[in-house]
Amino acid sequence: MSGVRVLAGTRKGAFILTSDGKRENWEISGPHFPGWEMYHLKGSPVDPNRIYASQTSGWFGQQMQRSNDGGKTWEPVGNKFVYDGPTGTHQWYDGKPHPWEFKRTWHLEPSLTDPDTVYAGVEDAAIFRTTDGGVNWAEMPGLRNHSTGDRWQPGAGGMCLHTILLDPGNPNRMWIAISAAGAFRTDDGGTSWKPINKGLHSEYIPDHTAEIGHCVHRIAKHKSKSDTLFMQKHWDVMRSDDAGENWHEISGNLPTDFGFVIDVHAHEPETIFVVPITSDSHHFPPEGKLRVYRSRAGGNEWEPLTKGLPQSDCYVNVLRDAMAVDSLDKCGIYFGTTGGQVYASADGGDSWKALVHDLPAVLSVEVQTLP
Amino acid sequence: MIRVVLPAHLRILAKTESEVQLDVGQPTIAGVLDALEDRYPALRGTLRDYATGQRRPFVRFFVCEEDWSHEPLETRLPDAVASGKEPFLVVGAIAGG
Repeated sequence: MSGVRVLAGTRKGAFILTSDGKRENWEISGPHFPGWEMYHLKGSPVDPNRIYASQTSGWFGQQMQRSNDGGKTWEPVGNKFVYDGPTGTHQWYDGKPHPWEFKRTWHLEPSLTDPDTVYAGVEDAAIFRTTDGGVNWAEMPGLRNHSTGDRWQPGAGGMCLHTILLDPGNPNRMWIAISAAGAFRTDDGGTSWKPINKGLHSEYIPDHTAEIGHCVHRIAKHKSKSDTLFMQKHWDVMRSDDAGENWHEISGNLPTDFGFVIDVHAHEPETIFVVPITSDSHHFPPEGKLRVYRSRAGGNEWEPLTKGLPQSDCYVNVLRDAMAVDSLDKCGIYFGTTGGQVYASADGGDSWKALVHDLPAVLSVEVQTLP
Repeated sequence: MIRVVLPAHLRILAKTESEVQLDVGQPTIAGVLDALEDRYPALRGTLRDYATGQRRPFVRFFVCEEDWSHEPLETRLPDAVASGKEPFLVVGAIAGG
């Protein structure tokens, strides 16, 4: 029988939750790397036993871990993230030039075809790549050297490259998102990048429709539809049907369009999920009710999903990399909270249960669907 | 032989005991760090920033009951440390309340 493996990165270690295809009973292992901030763990689509993990610390910097046995054992691999060539400057919070400084790896995106190739999104914003299983990392400098790079500014969480999307149909195409520079796309394998922020409207920047400067929180896409993208921006839920060239708002009847996560149903490309958060000053759900909102129409028309989720006195947040879907039938949806819960739905979002209640604050959630 | 005491997180990372003993070419801070990283490659980047070579802000070096964190890396260590009588302490600073 097939199964699932949930990879949860938290403020104080990593946890691995496993179940068979019924997704009723769960085994939990961890903490792996106790005491370290585990920003992201993700498995190779080619080899599910190959998992990469970003391990960071305010004291001891960045580590990168690799498992070849599905997370049972780990080995440290390369942690040398050095920008390619002169770093130049970006804008600091006060608008003054500030040199690029590597801080941590936010997101790991393993190749769709090669278990030894992984892309890493880092803070200060840049994209790195390994082709030897994480031993050596090299920057793909075309992004950071974009002509707008000296105008990029950090969001409240730092100037992080937090989203990397690969295109199953075109190995030369890739999308990334940076807080708070916006979204970019490459069509030549990462040599050159293009800002794709047309249609975004952000009142917190002087030119509300500027080419760059938008605080994109997350982008998601369905593997079968390469031109359709969904975005949770700082405020506004957005959609593009031309690979990011143009965006339009699909917030519709959401109670608030602020939030961090967004994801797409594994089998229904027009079914999407968000978790509305009250505002950028109130990082908790409206009315103390934790609600996932689902749209079966690709946006605009949203329904609250509440069964099994706390509907009073709930003041957690759901961070941008903390939602994922499995590809079982029915599709499973998973998300983690800053209160240490990992919630799962095994029926496409209709009902939910907490797989675990009391982890450290959850930074990221990924799911592997196992054969 | 210089004795080096590591904080818990780095011991786990290096898969070693609290105290390690190193043959150090030059008995300086840099000499200790070089030897430590050669013996335990997993510690590269944890004590010194890769790009700048500078000590990480929350990593401290204690020598003979004194804070040597701000000493130049090429500073020669006291004979008591160079001879192994006293350890070279790597400390994760208390931070965050």
